Amino acid sequence: MGYFELIIACIFVNNILLAQFLGNCPFLGTSKKMETAIGMAMAVIFVLVVAGTITWVIYTYILVKFGLVYLRTMAFIVVIASLVQFVEMFLKKSIPALYAGLGIFLPLITTNCAVMGVCVLNIDKEFTFLQSLVASFFYAAGFGLALILFAGLRERILLARVPKPLQDTSIALVTAGMISLAFFAFQGMV
Amino acid sequence: MPKTLVQEFTKGLWQELPPFRLVLGLCPTLGVTTSMENGLGMGIATTFVLVGSNLLISMLRSMIPPKVRIACFIIIIAAFVTIVELLMQAYTYPLYLKLGVFIPLIVVNCIVLGRAEAFAYKNKVSLSMADGMGIGLGFTMALGALGAVRELLGHGSVTVWGDFSYNLSASFPSFQPFSFMVQAPGAFICLGLMLCLINAVGD
Repeated sequence: MGYFELIIACIFVNNILLAQFLGNCPFLGTSKKMETAIGMAMAVIFVLVVAGTITWVIYTYILVKFGLVYLRTMAFIVVIASLVQFVEMFLKKSIPALYAGLGIFLPLITTNCAVMGVCVLNIDKEFTFLQSLVASFFYAAGFGLALILFAGLRERILLARVPKPLQDTSIALVTAGMISLAFFAFQGMV
Repeated sequence: MPKTLVQEFTKGLWQELPPFRLVLGLCPTLGVTTSMENGLGMGIATTFVLVGSNLLISMLRSMIPPKVRIACFIIIIAAFVTIVELLMQAYTYPLYLKLGVFIPLIVVNCIVLGRAEAFAYKNKVSLSMADGMGIGLGFTMALGALGAVRELLGHGSVTVWGDFSYNLSASFPSFQPFSFMVQAPGAFICLGLMLCLINAVGD
């Protein structure tokens, strides 16, 4: 698969949120306001690129080499958790402006299935290092795109009159289904 | 407020029924419920992890320092997820292949970590077990129900492990299955409408 196809596949066809259902908790949790959605999207892009490449290196050069493949889940979650912690400390010291923007979203990323999911998918699909790097970035970009689109719609829903049982999460899920339907049109393109 | 074992067990079945009452753990809920069988399988795997991690965390709660508790919880949960992964690989390989990436992802399922933090770390072993079983059973039922609805509407029939099956098309000849339900957008819409139904009944 060429890189162009890979990019299209990651952003649109296999969109991490709407086609693979990974990272739905922050998708619903941080999409009530456009500002928080943008913050979350940036934080995910940042962490996912670093996590995706580091876990690939660890899997290929440590776990496979020493026959410890069964420790994958444990190794990945530890790497992601410590990475998030490290990124948080690093940003706080060196780039305070960025830290102020991403701050509260960083700890949430540890339990974001999108991050862990992409790391596992990179391995399952047997990507090379460069492919993992590209896939991680564009999966995260797809996450950001879907999240920001969804936040825009949710801000509009606030103004609409919604029947009581459908309010809040319920209508949000139905809306997400509509966006998912739009993304579904890309199916079969790659 | 001291509660009995039974109360802790039954609250997971309605009062705090995940993923409807506690809106957590949505990824597996949406991702694996293309059929009732997958939903139940995922629910059972999650229940195992939930009961195991609740038990261990509750037993070790006096030893885990509060500052690094989340890291400790994650390691314990990851250990149980690895056990489930290997067991499923050995005994239920076809199901393991179908659930795919969602099995290692139980580790980041917010329900498991949420119960560890909100319940097991503060309560006795027996109560934590009851809580884990209740929430796990509730989750399994919810996934099974969602899977059943999607499979029934999407394929026109439900089959669980080859033993139990129901054919809607046979009972209602005019019914046409619409595969929309078993595809990605159907998952969101079906869950949204089920949540609406539960809200309407609960109030």
